Amino acid sequence: MPPNLPVNKIVEQLYQTHSRQVYATLVRLIGDFDLAEEAMHEAFATAMEQWEASGIPDNPTAWLISTGRFKAIDMIRRRERFDASMQQILAQRPSLSQTPIESLLSEIPDDQLRLIFTCCHPSLAIEAQLALTLREVCGLTTEQVAAAFLISPATLAQRIVRAKAKIKTAGIPYEIPDIQQMPQRLDAVLHVIYLLFNEGYNASSGEQVTTAALSDEAIRLANLLHDLLAQTDHGATSPDAEVLGLLALMLLHSSRRKTRTDENGDIILLEDQDRSQWDQTMIRRGIELVERAMATGEVGSYTIQAGIAAEHARASDVSLTNWGQIVSLYDVLLQIQDSPVIALNRAVAIAMRDGPEIGLTHIDAMADQEPLSDITCTMPLVRISVGD
Amino acid sequence: MKYLLLIYADEQSYTPQERQACYVESTQLTHELNEKGQYLGASPLHPVATATSVRIREGKRLITDGPFAETHEQLGGYYLIDVGDLDQAIEIAAKIPGAKKERWKSDRYLNCRTCRPFSDVFE
Repeated sequence: MPPNLPVNKIVEQLYQTHSRQVYATLVRLIGDFDLAEEAMHEAFATAMEQWEASGIPDNPTAWLISTGRFKAIDMIRRRERFDASMQQILAQRPSLSQTPIESLLSEIPDDQLRLIFTCCHPSLAIEAQLALTLREVCGLTTEQVAAAFLISPATLAQRIVRAKAKIKTAGIPYEIPDIQQMPQRLDAVLHVIYLLFNEGYNASSGEQVTTAALSDEAIRLANLLHDLLAQTDHGATSPDAEVLGLLALMLLHSSRRKTRTDENGDIILLEDQDRSQWDQTMIRRGIELVERAMATGEVGSYTIQAGIAAEHARASDVSLTNWGQIVSLYDVLLQIQDSPVIALNRAVAIAMRDGPEIGLTHIDAMADQEPLSDITCTMPLVRISVGD
Repeated sequence: MKYLLLIYADEQSYTPQERQACYVESTQLTHELNEKGQYLGASPLHPVATATSVRIREGKRLITDGPFAETHEQLGGYYLIDVGDLDQAIEIAAKIPGAKKERWKSDRYLNCRTCRPFSDVFE
């Protein structure tokens, strides 16, 4: 941090970069989302006042956490007279004032993971998980989250209040899941991140700017999750591969974001996109991540999808696409996830590799099989685009 | 925290042998919970055919046969436990016997264990 910045600028920057860490630790210490948020804001406000005179502390994060917890104790004492539940908080949490700051600092990555897993607990409705994650983990304001989901701030606020109430009354723990539950719970977190990304990526309404920001938040979250899992040892190797896979998938899709709609907002198909406009930095990072994920040997669905996206990204022209490789990746994906939509995509890839005749045989064979209610309506369209 | 674990299942779907095996396994689970100090109570319930519903209508008791709604899955029993948090309650709910029957796999509503936290207003 440049030393010649005014104190208020430094505090502002710290708020941008570190407030979620301070918050995650305060939630664990206090055991209450709302009190923790207030305490966190008070700590930053106090920093603004005090650092002018006393100078910037050596470890600002430690200072903020420590100040935040004493602010929380003050708030609890002040409210005790009116609210009996406050006494309980102090009684249940002797650690609030006693835990040495060093051990609090060493728990910061774990606390951030706890916050993520709590907000993405499967016992919460999926809409609540999405809203809570954006609000509590990413630090977006209620207004920003509401705008992204195109609902009123009042509705969103109510959703968040209900979710927080459920966390408290149902006893959803502020914990990193144990090793047996880790893969499943990590899947739930990845699902939330993927939904956030799609919400932003497929935004078709007027509020494109705000909704597109969701895709960036999703990528930021996946990066954070990846870094946190790397810093903490939870012995989960295979799900880590899927974190890489999802991150890669989102980067590779994002690299085409500018080219996938025309000036009227209509979708431009992959083969018609201006590939020179694809973001090469994202593509390079995406491909590197897919390769790392594949190298673990324990690939899941996100990694395979990223692998397919990487094949498209590698081709500077649609005619250079390695369809053979794409077909093989779809074969693997079908084994992980038997879905008619994937089977149909595979058939299209076969048509691109071996010609429309052979592709159509696969498509017709599918139509003769199980009822494909969801996709039978798109089948004739696919037949046409494959070359019927 | 105290949780009531409610066990819902289609009572017709148990064979007598399965029901017997379920009782044996359930008893074992209650012993395990008791050793950990997590056990407050548990019991299977007789089939819904033995149930009676009571309502008060215009000051009079209205007594009817069976539960209030016709559903495929019925409340078949309960566990009352005392554990640290919801994840521990879920862990125990997943151990309640009968949950593993494959034929229920396709329907998320059938053969379900519901964890309900206790409200402490009476304490």
